[in-house]
Amino acid sequence: MRKLKLHPCGKFNERYEEELTIFSTDFGRLWMWVGLFLLFVVIPFICKPYFLYIINHIGMAAIAAIGLNILIGYTGQISLGHGAFFGVGAYAAAILATAVGFPFWLSILCAGFITALVGMLFGIPSVRLKHLYLTIATLAGQFILQYLFVQWDTLTKGPEGILLPRATLFGVDVKGDRSFFYVIFVCFVVMTWIAVNLIRTRYGRAFIAIRDNDRAAEGMGIPIFRYKLLSFAISSFYAGFAGGLSAYYIGSITPEPYTLMLSIEFIAMIIIGGLGSIPGSVFGAIFITLLNEVLTHATGFLMNINALTKVAITIAPLREFVFGLAIVLFIIFEPRGLAEVWRIVKSSFKLWPFSY
Amino acid sequence: MEFFLQLLIQGLSVGFLYAIAALGFVMIFKSSSVLNFAHGDLLAMGAFFFLVLSLWLKLPIPIAFLFTLAGSFAMGFVIERLFLRPLIGEALIMVIMLTVGLAAMFKGLMLFIFGGNVFNYPEFLPKGLAIQWGAINISPVYVASFIIGIIFLSIFGFFFKYSSQGIYMRSVADNQPAALSLGVHVRRVFALSWAIAALVCAISGVILGIMTGINVHDISAMGLKVFPVVILGGLESIGGAIIGGLIIGLLETFTGGYISTALKEVVPYIVLVFILLVKPYGLFGLVEIERV
Repeated sequence: MRKLKLHPCGKFNERYEEELTIFSTDFGRLWMWVGLFLLFVVIPFICKPYFLYIINHIGMAAIAAIGLNILIGYTGQISLGHGAFFGVGAYAAAILATAVGFPFWLSILCAGFITALVGMLFGIPSVRLKHLYLTIATLAGQFILQYLFVQWDTLTKGPEGILLPRATLFGVDVKGDRSFFYVIFVCFVVMTWIAVNLIRTRYGRAFIAIRDNDRAAEGMGIPIFRYKLLSFAISSFYAGFAGGLSAYYIGSITPEPYTLMLSIEFIAMIIIGGLGSIPGSVFGAIFITLLNEVLTHATGFLMNINALTKVAITIAPLREFVFGLAIVLFIIFEPRGLAEVWRIVKSSFKLWPFSY
Repeated sequence: MEFFLQLLIQGLSVGFLYAIAALGFVMIFKSSSVLNFAHGDLLAMGAFFFLVLSLWLKLPIPIAFLFTLAGSFAMGFVIERLFLRPLIGEALIMVIMLTVGLAAMFKGLMLFIFGGNVFNYPEFLPKGLAIQWGAINISPVYVASFIIGIIFLSIFGFFFKYSSQGIYMRSVADNQPAALSLGVHVRRVFALSWAIAALVCAISGVILGIMTGINVHDISAMGLKVFPVVILGGLESIGGAIIGGLIIGLLETFTGGYISTALKEVVPYIVLVFILLVKPYGLFGLVEIERV
């Protein structure tokens, strides 16, 4: 067994491969194994089903947030249509499962690919448009897709929604929070692994070049239109995949949840978590999902105190207010998000006692 | 034929509303390159302000209107000072996201205070304003929207062309470092542009409230319709905003009248995508030419 490198005295990379590694010391690798152990062996058995429900939602939101971070954080294309793409994935999975009869894993994969195609369609304006115009185009895309969800009822059954069949994987019925936990988090680990490694390849470097200065990138020989489309496709694949998973998890889908508010939630996740960092997307997903839960509980709790019931009913819109406030405060005071906070905590531990 | 003319008048007056709202948007964009996603909520805040003053505090209408204008002017200053000033050097996406966050905040706040009900202003437009022309009925609110629209658009046209503050704003929009070096007080220009934008939003919101009733969701949704208008007209052009507003208003009303009311909501966005594909800088916008 090779010697473990736990506490380096500095950065002495002797070969290019060492520069590219994900974990610069074995300390990170060890913690990764510990984390995976905790995730798959410990958590499903010690948590109550309601906590598993929340954690499942965090997992699905994190997959979508990672996709959005690839688009916004790494490629610099601001997209307000992610909620609609999530919905496209959910509907695609549902329609494939009910009308065509695909099995669970195939319908989710195909939902991802279909959403990637739709995403590429909405990325086509990006060839001529810069930042602001592209954002507006994706906003229009969000509204058009929302309209289609409701109006194209031969395909999507309109406002009634679609009821999905039971998910089966390798012959085993996947139902209940714990079995879905395994499915969702295996997918999550795989997707995170893909994303982290994507950033290390030339595609990832091209994305970062496009974000930093796309004219210079074009001048260096990166075909920016192709790579922008690729970025849209990849992020929409993630959104569609997560949408398909959530469709099976919830069991029946309606056009209601896939609004502009959902897109804004995803953007809040990556801004609060940290643009341009994969762990940041996960932090953001955790933060926003927990914020939603806390607000729902606060409303429910106050509803039960009879004296405050009237106040509680009016508190429901405060959810939106607190949401917006969280985004605003994070942008003003910590624009690099929770990933930056994490980085500072980590490095202050590493550099102790020189943590200033 | 009468139906057509009725729709035409309605479309033009709705278009004027969009144009006035878009004016504020273009102003903020011209001076600070910020896409203001909170525009709809500025509209709603103006409408609700007027509601509180006229209905709950029972002030006489002209005084309430003046106070609404003054209040939104002040609110624009406050928003700029509190939320946008700390972000002056940051990347643009952060500022845009900040306006998104502000939109959610304001919407939540207004829903909290007023709930999701539809309110109505007391009837105060003089009935004599209604025009009857053959079989066509133009209700007072459309006439008022015309008149107010023309008055304010011409006021702002003159303001930008001839007044010193207007020229400062145009110079900052054109080339900020150059304006700074010539001694223009850029921060004051930013604050002023937000204040004026809030002012025009208040006017537009009040008229919108008279037309369709005041409901937080409806009016905020109107704010997002500003985007097709400014893209059609060109993000940097005030005249373009006016023409874009009229076109989108007409298009929407005719679609609603002849085709279907559900399509009415989404037609501006389809037009938006189409324009972005064909002529992305709009009818009158400045074309950015990049050569690699």
